[in-house]
Amino acid sequence: MLDRRHFLRLSGLSGLGLVLGLGWKPDGQELIATGSDIATIRLSPYIIIESPGTITIMNPMPDMGQGTFQSVPAMIAEELEVSLEQVKIIQTGGEKEFGGQTAGGSNSIRGHYQKLRTVGAAAREMLILAAAGRWKAAVTDCYASDAVVYHKPTGKSFTYGELAEDAGKLPVPQHPQLKDPKDFKILGKNYPRPDVPLKVSGKAVYGIDVELPGMLYASVAHCPVFNSKLISYDDSDTMRIKGVKKLVRFQRALGAHKYDAVAVVADTYWAAYKGKLALKVKWDYQGNDRFDTEAYEQSLRDMAGKEGQVVHSEGDFETAFHSAPVQLSSFYELPMLSHSPMEPQNCTAQWHGKDQLEIWVSSQGADRVKKDITRNIEIPAENIKVNILFSGGGFGRRLYNDYAVEAASIARELDVPVKMIWSREEDTQLGPFRPPTFSAMKAGLAADGKPLAFQHKVISPSMGSTMEDKNDTSGESSSMTEGISTQAYELPNMKNEYVFSQMHIPLAAWRSVTSSTLAFAHECFIDEMAVKAGKDPMEYRLGTLLTKPSDTKRLLLKLKEVSGWEKPLPAGWGRGVAQYEFFAGLGGYVVEVSSTDRSSVRIEKIFMVIDLGTVVNPDTVALQVEGAATMALTAATKSAIIFKNGQSRQTNFHNYPLVRINEMPEVEVHIIAEGGAKIRGVGEPGLPPFAPALGNAIFAATGKRIRKLPFNLNKV
Amino acid sequence: MDLPLSKNPCNPIQKKNKFEQSAVSIVNAKKILLMAAISLTVNKKQYHIDADPEMPLLWAIRDIIGLKGTKFGCGMAQCGACTVHLDGEAVRSCVTLLGRAEGQEIVTIEGISENTSHPLQKAWIELQVPQCGYCQSGQIMSAAVLLRENPHPTDQDIDEAMMGNLCRCGTYNRIRKAIHRAAEIMNT
Repeated sequence: MLDRRHFLRLSGLSGLGLVLGLGWKPDGQELIATGSDIATIRLSPYIIIESPGTITIMNPMPDMGQGTFQSVPAMIAEELEVSLEQVKIIQTGGEKEFGGQTAGGSNSIRGHYQKLRTVGAAAREMLILAAAGRWKAAVTDCYASDAVVYHKPTGKSFTYGELAEDAGKLPVPQHPQLKDPKDFKILGKNYPRPDVPLKVSGKAVYGIDVELPGMLYASVAHCPVFNSKLISYDDSDTMRIKGVKKLVRFQRALGAHKYDAVAVVADTYWAAYKGKLALKVKWDYQGNDRFDTEAYEQSLRDMAGKEGQVVHSEGDFETAFHSAPVQLSSFYELPMLSHSPMEPQNCTAQWHGKDQLEIWVSSQGADRVKKDITRNIEIPAENIKVNILFSGGGFGRRLYNDYAVEAASIARELDVPVKMIWSREEDTQLGPFRPPTFSAMKAGLAADGKPLAFQHKVISPSMGSTMEDKNDTSGESSSMTEGISTQAYELPNMKNEYVFSQMHIPLAAWRSVTSSTLAFAHECFIDEMAVKAGKDPMEYRLGTLLTKPSDTKRLLLKLKEVSGWEKPLPAGWGRGVAQYEFFAGLGGYVVEVSSTDRSSVRIEKIFMVIDLGTVVNPDTVALQVEGAATMALTAATKSAIIFKNGQSRQTNFHNYPLVRINEMPEVEVHIIAEGGAKIRGVGEPGLPPFAPALGNAIFAATGKRIRKLPFNLNKV
Repeated sequence: MDLPLSKNPCNPIQKKNKFEQSAVSIVNAKKILLMAAISLTVNKKQYHIDADPEMPLLWAIRDIIGLKGTKFGCGMAQCGACTVHLDGEAVRSCVTLLGRAEGQEIVTIEGISENTSHPLQKAWIELQVPQCGYCQSGQIMSAAVLLRENPHPTDQDIDEAMMGNLCRCGTYNRIRKAIHRAAEIMNT
């Protein structure tokens, strides 16, 4: 529990004078002042203005490289009329009052844009009202700028610090006037991020960098064959290693799973790691060592003919398909992947007595850290303090806080803080992984190429069923068929299906979730239809599939323009286009490739358009898209998790390679931000359409259609 | 599809996992971890530490000396997050045994400039290179050696020198531009 002094110390607030604290009621329905009593400071104040003038903005969205550390508070700062230089940012720690604090689903900006601007605007209005009251002036004669309220006729002014106490006593306006975007000073501009100087000088603190007095280190022996039971272990060699203090047998908790594990705790990480390698553990694989990806993939192919759960049906697919003069069908195969952020999973935990737990961690969500811990360890959520540090990448992996539960379980057996660090091998092999999805595609076309019938059938295991260890449910079919029924394309007689396949390996969200695999099948197949229709793939999409205006059509038109689609290419070159709209947003690519021998392919140029509606920091958007393209290129041409004898054969970057600098072409990013109510996400939409645009470009250049990822660019 | 590594031309760096191997061989020989007094010079400061001479330099820098800017990424010289300078050369500290580093000048990211004033750091800030930032210490340490040896690198020079440093966030285009920009700053 946080008392006043504890909170002030942790948040670095001086506690001098009084504050205006402002935030949302826990239900998110009502904006409230946290009043003039400093003890109430922890009641959700996004903004804290202290009498001496310090302005603090709380950031609920963890930063794993997407720039939220500043871009989320920037939405408050804009309306509050303070410059980013005047603001101190503090990361929230899963306090109930802040509601959801998980960065995921490309939701940090789009999910908070209205809410946090309203917080800032309400505080600004209260400060102006307080100043007007002191001057006995009309509110309309007052304005705020850079944390000062001015009285226009006289030029008199008060700083926010001087006004905070008075302002805190005023009623909170529930519908404050938001600024006209044309008056924005911060939003929409390329402002530099405060974490960059820290990250180029080694000063940024990530979870793995936390150091506490008396801290010990832990390395954990897990079994790479999932669901294995620990029979026994021999620690005689481990205990002879100097520095090894203790072994802790516990269970790794991931979703509903409990996996046996043994931690070696030592006074250095090196000793703990050596101790782990020296440990001889006997595992009972429970038959799971028979699992092979090759056989599993064959079983997915065998299921392609099965009738699945219908997730979308319009018209009469069967009749239309069978009577169509032109029929085509294709099968696409996408593999499992590991997230592989550069910072391996780790967590530091310390128990203060038996019932107070403190956690330091790189995670995508402080609230989810608490949830995952309380699900597995008997402790009330309010007794857990979570400190969120910078994350060395996340990509979905850090939504699942099994490492935090592990560290808490190990530290419980010691009376000092323990930092647990996974090796890269564990990070690669232990999941949860991106689900493999296979897609059976069918289309019927008229003689002129017009679509008459369309089907995308997904065959795959599901995320929820593997994480929660239960059979498929109808809810899963929608997340495993994400986006396939909601593209803007005008496809009559569409019937999409989902065929569920059991799997015992935990699967989970990987940057852009199921769209990261399904878009490849969907958009390459649209290309196959265009080819069959004898039409240019861009013209087929624009002229045949998108006759009505839509955001997708606008996106493709922009792509056509910026990529110079109609300009002829040199011999041996090819262009490909793809777009995908899903829960996170909308983006599209044109990729240009060249091939001199119709076998080895070089990527020449990448054009990307992302439709956001509203943009907060265009430079960060460009970075996110460049990054998504790089990650998508790795996923398309480099790596897959392949199980053999029950475990991932991929262990580290030598056999799970990532794209390197010499393999990454230029990416030209264009943002559509024409305002309007709809705000789309940034972090994920750059991923799904990349691989299909590349595959379609390769077809244009070489005549070879790629239907299985990953493939080798040097030998398509 | 699973490419055999030797045939995968996109995977130029295929060093053996020395870290794992050394650790395993010690265990196999049933040797007890030996401690020795080792003196290290890091960022011009002398440190006398008592540690296992087979401990990789990375862990001594991070956990004993307490400089956290050098990162752990793979433990087998595949990702470059742990890159430091050893007598002016860029090395992967995760596979550099302490015994080998003794008596040499070690420079980490914390030691390449005062006040973040190295041209590379300035260029990195100007072009807002980092995303998560975890790999960037290593990127800058590799780039610093490149620029010292080659003050006017071409794109290809940059690619060759920086191939050993992975970035999962995908900041490669920015890194390339920032190295050119740093060269410009250095040469003016």
